[in-house]
Amino acid sequence: MHDGSSAFGLILAGDPALYAVVWLSMLVSLSATAVAAALGLPLGALLALTRFPGRAAVVVLMNAFMGLPPVVVGLAVFLLLSRTGPLGFLGLLFTPKAMIIAQAILVLPIIAALTRQTIEDLWAEYRDELTAMRVTPVGRVATLLWDARFSLVTTLLAGFGRAAAEVGTVMIVGGNIDGFTRTMTTAIALETSKGDLPLAIGLGLFLIALIVLVNAAAWGVRRAGELRAG
Amino acid sequence: MRPPVSDLPLVLDNVTVLARDVTIVRDLSLQIAAGAPTVLVGPNGSGKSTLIRLAMGLIAPSRGRVTWGGRSDSDGRRRAMVFQRPVMLRRSAAGNVAYALRATGIVRAERPRRLADILARVGLTELASRPARRLSGGEQQRVALARALAHDPEILFLDEPTASLDPAATKAVEDILRGVAQSGVKIVMATHDLGQARRLAGEIVFMLRGEVRECAPAERFFTAPATAEAAAFTRGDIVI
Amino acid sequence: MQTRRLFLAAALAAALCAPAAAQEDKTIVVASTTSTQDSGLFGYLLPIFKQATGITVKVIAQGTGQALDTARRGDADVAFVHARAAEEKFIAEGAGVKRYPVMYNDFVLIGPKSDPAGIKGSKDILTAFKTIAAKQAPFVSRGDRSGTHQAELQLWKETGIDIASAKGPWYRDVGQGMGAALNTASAMNAYVLADRGTWISFKNRGDLAIAVEGDKKLFNQYGVILVNPEKHPNVKKELGQAFIDWLVSPVGQTAIAGYKIDGQQLFFPDANVPGA
Repeated sequence: MHDGSSAFGLILAGDPALYAVVWLSMLVSLSATAVAAALGLPLGALLALTRFPGRAAVVVLMNAFMGLPPVVVGLAVFLLLSRTGPLGFLGLLFTPKAMIIAQAILVLPIIAALTRQTIEDLWAEYRDELTAMRVTPVGRVATLLWDARFSLVTTLLAGFGRAAAEVGTVMIVGGNIDGFTRTMTTAIALETSKGDLPLAIGLGLFLIALIVLVNAAAWGVRRAGELRAG
Repeated sequence: MRPPVSDLPLVLDNVTVLARDVTIVRDLSLQIAAGAPTVLVGPNGSGKSTLIRLAMGLIAPSRGRVTWGGRSDSDGRRRAMVFQRPVMLRRSAAGNVAYALRATGIVRAERPRRLADILARVGLTELASRPARRLSGGEQQRVALARALAHDPEILFLDEPTASLDPAATKAVEDILRGVAQSGVKIVMATHDLGQARRLAGEIVFMLRGEVRECAPAERFFTAPATAEAAAFTRGDIVI
Repeated sequence: MQTRRLFLAAALAAALCAPAAAQEDKTIVVASTTSTQDSGLFGYLLPIFKQATGITVKVIAQGTGQALDTARRGDADVAFVHARAAEEKFIAEGAGVKRYPVMYNDFVLIGPKSDPAGIKGSKDILTAFKTIAAKQAPFVSRGDRSGTHQAELQLWKETGIDIASAKGPWYRDVGQGMGAALNTASAMNAYVLADRGTWISFKNRGDLAIAVEGDKKLFNQYGVILVNPEKHPNVKKELGQAFIDWLVSPVGQTAIAGYKIDGQQLFFPDANVPGA
């Protein structure tokens, strides 16, 4: 990126390096959230509806993992994907795919834990009716997830927020390679370390604005849905 | 649509239900046969709700047996239930009923017609596309009824269905129930509204403290109750 | 609804697991140092290289220790660092094929304009270090096994001071890259050893300026090494060697000399200087 240019100037000028970084950030974080949602929503719902020995421990762990340090997750995935690691043959290290995998791991506990709580609360309300209607276990999961969809949007946004904001995971697993794995957060870290603090702050504000935009879009979708379905 | 085996007569044989050391229902025996509605009356806490749930198969007794048509392992396809406060799924009224219809295994092509039939039966045709959660209490209860009827039940259980409704909504629900009973569905209903019991019942089961105290045809129960407690109850006294 | 979502998840998982075979087109991964990246050299040099050979270079910038580790694991094809002793150890272990000297830049001792140790303008780095330790003037160290850190430790060693036991609250070990260390020195008004390239492009100088420069002991030699393909068959040895060959070729060496910031040349090519 240019020395000394303000972030605002770069945004207005449509600087391709900046927009490449923005695109990658959104791609990685949105994809990671999608993967984590595909796994975490059913997992959380299942956990809400089942009882088994050791369930309490699983719930406690899952809640605790909402606070997994990103840099630790990054390190663990790095060791897995490194050529000397068990999954090295995939050649995924220092690629966006690795970043998506690592962020998905980070976000999964958030989505699963919050889903579990939401669905557990909803199940208390729906239990009699769904039992009387003899809905199958899979049917219960699907029905509860769908009925809880507006609360779950907030859960997904929480996951996305975590992903979009973190730097430790993507830095270690992606390597901050110029033009390939540089995201907004790693770019901000880089510009800070180069001492270009105004540019770093400008990028930071832009990142926050983008996250607000995603949240606003989600709110709009939710609102439209609520008007339609109550 | 209905499988050929019947759930009636429904027999509770010396059934006891315990919940954490508290006996809710004690050594209760009762037989429910096909015919006019069976209405359970009694003060709050007498065990009416628990009895309904046992008969529906929602809970299992701590002691004793429940059999449906002589079988203790009936799968419940022929039974449906309406609760005092219905839970609406987050979709339209028609969507709620369609949800119940889907589970019945009815042929897809048949569904729209059957859906329209049921909605008409409960008088919700105009409100079909309204979000169910935005309906009034009475309308929501009619959606719950429609959901139950979608299963084409042999027995329809209701647990205080109009306790939270205003008189107009109560009348609407009672009219529907009368129609349902006339079409051959066995109704088993708990209510604390004696007037409602008088209006709807063929047979009254009077419960007190977890036991059946009296079981008689409605006419006889209200004009010449056999037990002192039943007499006190129908007079309007508090019976403990 | 549920099945559709499961489908999407499965498809996404499959796509992610497909090995990066698509990237068999001409790219290599070079593990280098943060100071080299921060100087802007790669931004200047790599497009020229790509123009000439069509090879895309992906640079992972870490501290020298970490960069050599990355190369050791086979996660990079080439290592391009500036810590001769560590590089030769790397070759001796069989982790790399051959070390080629490429260029040198120099370190400068940065310090506050107020100059609490009174060493400004000196050309003798060892005396400067001794004075700083004696006066316990604030000093920031990289502390991250980087080439710069190793150079700093080597200088302490040559002054005869055992810094590990002599260090007190005046010696701040930050464990981070050059830019971060400079930020800290600027905030604390401390001395810090930096490579000239990072210093020239550093924008947050605060009250800092060059205190000592020009001592031959401050020269910082860069070497480039191909990761041993016998240890890691995935190493792209032809493309990696092409990069090395270009760096030491007259074209590459001229390009390196051509990189300037504010009109100042940062790196001095010396591939052909014996003993570099």
